[in-house]
Amino acid sequence: MHVYIIGNGISGVTAARFLRKNSDCEITILSSETDHFYSRTALMYIYMGHMGFEQTKPYEDYFWKKNRINLINTHVNKIDFDTKILKTSSKGDLSYDKLVLALGSSSNKFGWPGQDLKGVGGLYAIQDLERIEEYSKGLNRAVIVGGGLIGIEMAEMFHSRHIPVTFLVREKNYWDIVLPAEESAMVNREIRRNGIDLQLETELVEIVDDGDGQCCAVKTSKDDTIECGFVGLTAGVHPNVKFLNESALEIDRGIKVNRYLETNIDDVYAVGDCAEQREPAVGRRPIEALWYTGKMMGETVAYNILDQKIAYDPGIWFNSAKFIDIEYQVYGEVSGRPPDHHDSIYWEHEDGNKSIRLVYNKNTEKIVGLNLMGVRFRHEVCEKWLAEETDLHTVVQQLNLADFDPEFYKSYIADVQALYTSSTGKPIEKPVKKTLKRVLAFLGK
Amino acid sequence: MSSTLYTSFTPEKPPLLDAVQKVTLALGSLGLLLMLISWAGVSLPSKALMFYTSMGLIFFGVIVYSWRTYMIQPAGIKNNGNFFSSISHRGVLAWISAILITGFYVVLYLKAEYLGLGDTENSGLVAFFDPLSQLMHSKKASQWFVYGVLYTLAIVAFGIKFIFKYRHNRYEIIRTISVMFFQLFFAFLIPEILEMLHPETATNYFGKDMKNMWPLDYDFFDSWHIQNLSKGGLMGSFFLILGLLMIFVISPILTYKFGKRWYCSFVCGCGGLAETAGDPFRHLSDKSMKAWKVERWMIHTVLLFSFVMTIAIIYGYLGNEPDRYLLSRSTFTWLALIGLIGLSAVYFILQTKNVEDGSKNSKYIISGVVVLAALILLFNYLAGSGNAYFLQNYGFRQAYGLWVGAVFSGIIGVGFYPIMGSRVWCRFGCPMAALLGIQQKLLSKFRITTNGSQCISCGNCSTYCEMGIDVRAYAQKGQNIVRASCVGCGVCSAVCPRGVLKLENGSSDIFSKTAEQKAIHITEDQVRMLS
Repeated sequence: MHVYIIGNGISGVTAARFLRKNSDCEITILSSETDHFYSRTALMYIYMGHMGFEQTKPYEDYFWKKNRINLINTHVNKIDFDTKILKTSSKGDLSYDKLVLALGSSSNKFGWPGQDLKGVGGLYAIQDLERIEEYSKGLNRAVIVGGGLIGIEMAEMFHSRHIPVTFLVREKNYWDIVLPAEESAMVNREIRRNGIDLQLETELVEIVDDGDGQCCAVKTSKDDTIECGFVGLTAGVHPNVKFLNESALEIDRGIKVNRYLETNIDDVYAVGDCAEQREPAVGRRPIEALWYTGKMMGETVAYNILDQKIAYDPGIWFNSAKFIDIEYQVYGEVSGRPPDHHDSIYWEHEDGNKSIRLVYNKNTEKIVGLNLMGVRFRHEVCEKWLAEETDLHTVVQQLNLADFDPEFYKSYIADVQALYTSSTGKPIEKPVKKTLKRVLAFLGK
Repeated sequence: MSSTLYTSFTPEKPPLLDAVQKVTLALGSLGLLLMLISWAGVSLPSKALMFYTSMGLIFFGVIVYSWRTYMIQPAGIKNNGNFFSSISHRGVLAWISAILITGFYVVLYLKAEYLGLGDTENSGLVAFFDPLSQLMHSKKASQWFVYGVLYTLAIVAFGIKFIFKYRHNRYEIIRTISVMFFQLFFAFLIPEILEMLHPETATNYFGKDMKNMWPLDYDFFDSWHIQNLSKGGLMGSFFLILGLLMIFVISPILTYKFGKRWYCSFVCGCGGLAETAGDPFRHLSDKSMKAWKVERWMIHTVLLFSFVMTIAIIYGYLGNEPDRYLLSRSTFTWLALIGLIGLSAVYFILQTKNVEDGSKNSKYIISGVVVLAALILLFNYLAGSGNAYFLQNYGFRQAYGLWVGAVFSGIIGVGFYPIMGSRVWCRFGCPMAALLGIQQKLLSKFRITTNGSQCISCGNCSTYCEMGIDVRAYAQKGQNIVRASCVGCGVCSAVCPRGVLKLENGSSDIFSKTAEQKAIHITEDQVRMLS
């Protein structure tokens, strides 16, 4: 059996790794982005000079040969699903037995005038980074459109090179659909503390052409014109499925897959950013363009290809990011627009850049989510509390078990416990102390 | 469509120095220049004033410059531009510095007269340090005094720089204060003061780094050293007993509880210099599998060499002068035999007991070689040979002193900072690190915990590991990091943008702490049930 995987990102590569781990089939990964797998999440660090491209490769180059995974740098232009043939730009026709589509995504463009000018682009692939690098020479200002995770990364990138940045965010506060109000305000402060020009409730109206097809300014919904040599579009991503639109493959926004990551065509699977779940898990979106979900789908699809059927289960929601210098972690249900039956215990450090939020169901008093800013929590402990629908009171009492900050750091757990007691009137008796032994015992290890 | 540019990113302009930085850079350079002028033989007016001015300018130059670099920015990880800068990324400046530092070490260890060391009177660079030497112990400076002053100055000044850089991280601050403290007091001030108080005897056992312990301090068991300690009265006996306790009791206990970091990242002078002055070069260490293989062979060979060398010299002087020592050659031989075979047995059992191990053959090789070393000793003893290992006993000591003590730890260890990273010696050559490393891997509570599935494989941890550990390889699998070479500097944890790594100690899973944990949610049971 020869399995072809289109796309050498985390989803495709994880699929290949688990196929190899569990079988002897022939595996070929096709990509026109790079020769080898690299970590997309580290693109910003290449630009900032924290790492070189080589350092972003999770496996040394010998790994692929040793594990008999063929890598081909070519672009798939067309897929003939009837004859099971991939038509490539430089390697002719390739015939597959099973096919995994791990196509990734591209940055959204919402029909803004000037969106296709030179000096306008998102940040997804290495080629995007090269474009940014090219325009960074002598750049007077960069304008970034879209208040999400890639937007703030791009702002930090330009800022690290002392290039002035204007950051246009449509919402009232940075990423306030996802982050609760206090955390959102904290990130606003962090952005401004770094000297980045954050413009809230401001939308892009038009990107201005300098006459040579190159952007020279943007016009905003506040009737401002901001001169800039680069415009970063970071208002989300969409699956790279355009070249498949005329095919028999069922596509909505992404490639439709069932719980086994099978598409409507036999022997064709889709994973990662380009897959759209027909029946997403409760509370989850049909497309989740995330590193972690890509990894889980890659593993799941490998088992399904090998006829060990297993449904894709993204588990309990978690995510993390870093907002310039503030680390962020989230576990479970935390929202900027929480439902009425949710409430939370929110502690914030007096310096205004660390916080701990415990979200619970008001009716049942069970924990439903944890949101951390500038504080690290232990994933497995949080996951266990959430999976077992633990009482808020028990979580607060055991809170030390989740503390994952480095040694010698001041612990804020006692402050959170005191806040809980003062706001609920319930004292915490015998709070669990923090030792690795207790953590391991709690996790049953 | 394929990409060609990404391998050669360079920024369009280097970050500019502001006025304060320019002035402090100039002042620091002036301090250095005064030193160089005196080395060149130009006689300066008022020697003492020039010396203190030079040291002061260098010290304040470094501190004010780094204050200006880091304190005007918000606290956080400051690695911007590391891969673009000439000094920190093997550019011209890095090569020039490497050549200059290496040259300095060659002269220091092998040709001290070029520094101006004289029999009756110093000249040049050594004479430049006479005023401080006279002040501290009323005699002229030696090349080692010059080295000690510069070494301590570097650790303290760049330690303060490091604290500015990592001021948001209490682990880094405490660790750095600790190495600065141990260098300043235990390696420099206290030995010098003791020498001032006991000028006639103290040089024989205080005139060195008090925090060094065998096998890093490779002449601890030399006959002259043991004799001086035993003749040194209360103070001498104290240091003899302390030295032995450190090796056989204190170090194993601390390593069990905290891993080898208690020494390598909190106490050691070599580590201290690497962590402070060497910090801009930490990302240059080679992370490849090949480098790891070379490392394991090399460092364990040095460890074996240090054992053989020590046994050989003790065997030698116990035989030559049996009346001077409490221990007889035969008792020593049997103790050494029991010790070596016991060690290799313990090693073999622990290695078998630990759940995961990459190299299945290593336990046979290492135990076998140690047993062989014991048997050769036995053979020579029974044959009545005066030499423990066929060759001249003291020959081992001389070869070790030259090749390991001088060439490896000094010339290569520090001289190659700007090219191979800051912990070349600690990683490839230090017998102490090797010994503590074996214990750390097999019998210690220490590990670096990976936080569930939060790793995004970005590579910051591996990049900034000065020991060349591919931290990411473990983190992305959700596996704890338990590596013999880890010195517990904590920088992987600091630079991780997702809060994935934590250095911690725990005893309950001590033999299964490397068990692979799934970073992904599918368990093998789930798969089997459904298939």
